[in-house]
Amino acid sequence: MLSRVAENLYWYGRYLERAEDVGRMINVNGHLMLDLPRQMSPGWLPLVRISGSQALFEELNDSQDERQVVRFLLAEPRHAGSVLSCLAQARENLFAARDLVPREVWEQTNDLYLLAKDQLSGVLSKRRRQEFINDMIRRCQQIIGMLADTMSHDHAWDFVLLGRYQERADMTTRILDARSAHLLSGLGDAQPFEQLQWMSVLKSLTAYQMYRRHVRLRVKDSDVLRFLLLDPKFPRSVAFCLVAVAERLKGLPRHDEALMVVGRLQRMLDQADMTDLIQGGLSGYLDQLQKALIEVGETIRQTWFSNPATD
Amino acid sequence: MAAQKTKEPRYHSDFYDELIGPRGGPRRPARGLWKYLRRLDRDELIERRDACEVAALVAGITFRVYHDEGSADRAMPFDLIPRIIDVDEWQRIQAGLEQRVTALNLFIDDLYADQKIIKDGVFPAEVLAGSANFREQCRGVRPRYGVWAHICGSDLVRDADGTMYVLEDNLRVPSGVSYMLENRQVMKKVFPELFEDIDIQPVDDYPARLFDTLASLSPRPGDYPTVVVLTPGMYNSAYFEHAWLAQQMGVELVEGRDLIVDDDDRVFMRTIQGLEQVDVIYRRIDDAFLDPEVFREDSMLGVRGLMRAWRAGNVGLANAPGAGVADDKVVYSYVPDIIRYYLDQDPIVPNVPTWRCSIPSELQHVLANIDQLVVKPANESGGYGMLIGPHATQRQRDEFKRLVKADPRNYIAQPTLAISTCPTLIGSQIVPRHVDLRPFILSGDQQYVTTGGLTRVAMRAGSLVVNSSQGGGSKDTWIVDADGGRQ
Repeated sequence: MLSRVAENLYWYGRYLERAEDVGRMINVNGHLMLDLPRQMSPGWLPLVRISGSQALFEELNDSQDERQVVRFLLAEPRHAGSVLSCLAQARENLFAARDLVPREVWEQTNDLYLLAKDQLSGVLSKRRRQEFINDMIRRCQQIIGMLADTMSHDHAWDFVLLGRYQERADMTTRILDARSAHLLSGLGDAQPFEQLQWMSVLKSLTAYQMYRRHVRLRVKDSDVLRFLLLDPKFPRSVAFCLVAVAERLKGLPRHDEALMVVGRLQRMLDQADMTDLIQGGLSGYLDQLQKALIEVGETIRQTWFSNPATD
Repeated sequence: MAAQKTKEPRYHSDFYDELIGPRGGPRRPARGLWKYLRRLDRDELIERRDACEVAALVAGITFRVYHDEGSADRAMPFDLIPRIIDVDEWQRIQAGLEQRVTALNLFIDDLYADQKIIKDGVFPAEVLAGSANFREQCRGVRPRYGVWAHICGSDLVRDADGTMYVLEDNLRVPSGVSYMLENRQVMKKVFPELFEDIDIQPVDDYPARLFDTLASLSPRPGDYPTVVVLTPGMYNSAYFEHAWLAQQMGVELVEGRDLIVDDDDRVFMRTIQGLEQVDVIYRRIDDAFLDPEVFREDSMLGVRGLMRAWRAGNVGLANAPGAGVADDKVVYSYVPDIIRYYLDQDPIVPNVPTWRCSIPSELQHVLANIDQLVVKPANESGGYGMLIGPHATQRQRDEFKRLVKADPRNYIAQPTLAISTCPTLIGSQIVPRHVDLRPFILSGDQQYVTTGGLTRVAMRAGSLVVNSSQGGGSKDTWIVDADGGRQ
């Protein structure tokens, strides 16, 4: 397979996942805002921080209210991380590789972008916004399901999944980073509203139900962290994503270096001490994880996508 | 009385019609089709058309239109009534095309070698000197079999008296063959009964023949060669065709940035396995963008060093750089002479009579009769930049006279042909529309002509412009053996 096409498929996987994740984050934040008393509300800005594009946001907007943040995250064409941009980029990337995937997958991806472009062109009420996001997430999952069940699990598939799981691991660390900062600042038992907020962290990652089933009824900070970082069975935990990445890498030619880098990251996870993290080490630790994830991406790029003539 | 009113008006064309004879009855090879069409009522006809549209959509027959807002795929209009040519006539045309392309390749090969044809006074040196597509960098290169134009698309039109003329030869990167093949798929889906009853010759072996032609250019004979299709990228209007051909041949579709030429002048593509050597490139990029080392330095589409690799004989390029020299409309006017010179034969399929503005007496004729002529620039394709005298305003004619006088070498003129029509379904009516025909001729170790070709149709009444970029559509083309099955 051509390197360029492999890269297109990898980014297709990433952008599709990102669109889904950003959408879910917006919905969950909307719910949280309804539940929390106003003075305790974290507002909408943390979502911009998670997307890592504060500077652009400030440049384009004069306030931080819900309308502006949501617009920025859903529909802003100049923001490469907006849902609309993600879907547009997923589509462009797949276009160049569309002979490698079942025809329906291309059609659905194309449709999804056209739907988003149409729905996001006007003002969205809160209810319509939620409907759109739910619909969008369902369609993303439908596409991935279609791929999984109708496409040969060949190298093209490997690259889509590599992108998907790498993006997901990245997003989980980002959400933890942005959400936990002020939750962990007050030590001691979780206050009622902190409970609510940890629940929203879990919900942002569709993890609440599984957490309740596999961990315990009460939501406790160290348990939440352990679940989202280390749970081997939950498909949005960082550890699970890394196993999935390693699994895909093993099928690819010349995978030694990339596997080594992922292995280092997995050891870093294994050695994490939850008590230490809760007592102030979390932010620095997540920074390290993110750097290591970037290194994984960079190694994938150099091994399979890079351009010896122009480097 | 009511029955009288709903009766379809009788089909009539003021021109030579491909299916219907001068007395209003179908021509012999079209009888079966016409009988079938006449049995369908209006609703059935429209139902068939809708089925064609759905089939075309499903097959992904689209060409790409690029907008500021991003890009979109749009279906190229397809007409369900095929154009039919009798097999005996087709065999003669086929022989004529083989003859023509053989001579053109000998001509190109000569121009880049000894230029005997110029020394012998048959072809003027000035015409070559003024050719925009002659590539000095190709002098002295000897491609395999002496073939430069491996894939040629020649446009044919039929005049009022039934004569088929070659209107132009496209020797650079002719497109449209994918529509020819997909159109046939659509027709077979929607009209299977016609294919059972009528002896229609198949077209589907083109991708295999194309692959064989390309493979025959491999510098590593014996091995199973690595062939690729080189596209300018997804924003090119013919990207669909590039992707389609690559897929049909089972080869990679590459862009310039996927290829690299090493210090030993070998070409490689970047794959996830590492670098893989490439033997033959079917390039769908113009010469000028092919290699920034030799041609346009600012080209982002090409491959640095590709010309080195080709000259060293390490990679086959189809078509060969510089093949476009014979694609020039002034050169076109010499093709009958070229055929006689190299093959010592008379042309089987004639050229449209052509006046060359570079010759003063012919220029005078053109200026004096511009209102009856079609004036064309020498190096444009796609129907751009030409004047159709009888349809132009006085102002447009005066403007063209000025252009021609300023640069006579760059223009030719031809009589306005009464181009033939073919019945076409517009709305719910079958009406005449002008058509042309683009067969494709492959040349490598062997020669091959497509069975028929792509029939393009001007969808607007009276229009002669058949180019897809300007709203033209296409039809399936049937080569029919009217005696088939009766022997």
